[in-house]
Amino acid sequence: MTNSSIQPVLKVTDLKKAYGAIQAVGGVSFEVRPGEIFGVIGPNGSGKTTLFNSMLGQITPDTGKIELNGQDVTQLGPLELNRLGVGRTFQTLQVFGKMTVRDNLIVAAQEHQGSMFSRMFAPGDSNLGAKADALIDQFHIKHVADKKAGELSYGQQKLVDIAMAFMSEPDLVLLDEPCAGVNPSLVGGISTLLKDLNKTRKGSFVVIEHNMDFVMDLCHRIMVMVEGKVMAIGTPAEIRANKQVLDAYLGD
Amino acid sequence: MKKLGLLAGLLGLAACIFVPTLLKSHGIYLFTYWLIYVIATMGLNLTIGYAGQKSLGHAAFFGIGAYTVAVMMQAGYSFWLGMPLAALGCFVVGLALGFPALRVQTIYLAFATLGFNTAVWLVMRNEEWLTGGTFGINNIARPEAFGVSFDGNLSYYYLVLAFAVVLGLLLWGLLSSPWGKAFTALRDNPIRAESLGVDIRGYTLLSFAIGAAYAGIAGGLFGSLVQFIDPAPFTVEASIMMYLMVVVGGPGYFLGPLVGAAVGVILPEWLRFAQAWYLFVFGAAVVMLMIWLPDGLLSIPDRIRAKRQSREASAARAANGTSGVKA
Repeated sequence: MTNSSIQPVLKVTDLKKAYGAIQAVGGVSFEVRPGEIFGVIGPNGSGKTTLFNSMLGQITPDTGKIELNGQDVTQLGPLELNRLGVGRTFQTLQVFGKMTVRDNLIVAAQEHQGSMFSRMFAPGDSNLGAKADALIDQFHIKHVADKKAGELSYGQQKLVDIAMAFMSEPDLVLLDEPCAGVNPSLVGGISTLLKDLNKTRKGSFVVIEHNMDFVMDLCHRIMVMVEGKVMAIGTPAEIRANKQVLDAYLGD
Repeated sequence: MKKLGLLAGLLGLAACIFVPTLLKSHGIYLFTYWLIYVIATMGLNLTIGYAGQKSLGHAAFFGIGAYTVAVMMQAGYSFWLGMPLAALGCFVVGLALGFPALRVQTIYLAFATLGFNTAVWLVMRNEEWLTGGTFGINNIARPEAFGVSFDGNLSYYYLVLAFAVVLGLLLWGLLSSPWGKAFTALRDNPIRAESLGVDIRGYTLLSFAIGAAYAGIAGGLFGSLVQFIDPAPFTVEASIMMYLMVVVGGPGYFLGPLVGAAVGVILPEWLRFAQAWYLFVFGAAVVMLMIWLPDGLLSIPDRIRAKRQSREASAARAANGTSGVKA
């Protein structure tokens, strides 16, 4: 099934993390291929968030290996991972409320240019303004571009939040429940946006989401986690047809 | 809008140049005192207002700067050697004080910095061989440069004004560079900032160090202004007062320190008529300010603008008769 000639963007091997007696993630392995949208689903407490936090350097796994483009990044923190090309969004809104939408986007990429000290003498806005404007157009938030992000509606802030993750042109974007708290009419919009971004930017995405219609529609492949273990990995059609998954999670 | 700001800035600077010429020596002294606190709180505004690090140890740096310059001058060195040393020393100590901020935040950080302030104050009070203890250091001279003496009150005022303008422009330059956005990002949401590649460790440490260097320079100028220093102006209480100046002026507003320091330095003078009631009036004013203007006096224009916008938006909705606002 796996095409071994292509190096995966992300490769997780036998990842384990326990909190005291609770084995939150108990030996998870998977690969994310270039350009792929990879979904992670599972009931509450199945270890999705722990897995996510490990991949993002927020926590260090007990054992196992995480590789990004072939490089071992298991021990790296969020800052290093971002610099290596990992973008993310959070489950809850995480915009910089007192900055304008445009500045939110600019700050999301400026630290990738030059060193800290060269930036001290850099003009405030080099080519990042144009980049930000392109994303602002793509996300249809031009009319609020110069407003403070904290003053926007929830849905608008969510869009800003997602756009920020793409500013530095990451190889891999981890989206933690991009539809959480978003009204149904916007869910379709986010799905379309992510598909467009996936096509135009050639990045790979990993998406955690509880909205099944959204996941099934968006993702190329899906991993089902139950009690810290991988129950199945496959295309949406395969997952829908998997008896075990239906019984454990999807079934009524 | 930008032109308007520049015009206001130039008018303000003109006022700072001409108004003191009309004042008696006490007025000039007060203006100088105010500017020194403006310099110190500019630094604190960077630490608190822009970078969001709750520091209650700023007066310690103010003191380190004052003692550095005073001790150097006593030992026969020039003011102009003492001053950069004060700034550098405070920068280094500020960097060190930044390390607790990497572990703790908010009120816990405030207490850690408060402890630091107390420790520094004790050194100033107890190490008599260096600081003169409670007797302090007397007869601190005012500097001269290129044969021009800044001994007179007005000429010293202009020297402090020059320092304030240069340091203000430097800070403006720093905040207009990508650093300004990085500091604001650190303040608004450090976890998100880090996930976007902002080196929050580096920026946290530097926000302390640069803020401390400003306080050090202000302290050096303070010593030469009052010409006598003892540990009293560098207590935790003074740190709290500086924090208050930042909050009253408007944390994260570039001109906040001008207003905040005026409230902290000049208002007490105006309230002298109230005599014993002075602290009561001052305290009550602060309480009311915190209730109605938690973002400081300079947030007033923003508030008016926000109110007008929401009024316009609701009028527009009413005119459309629909709530057809897309997300």
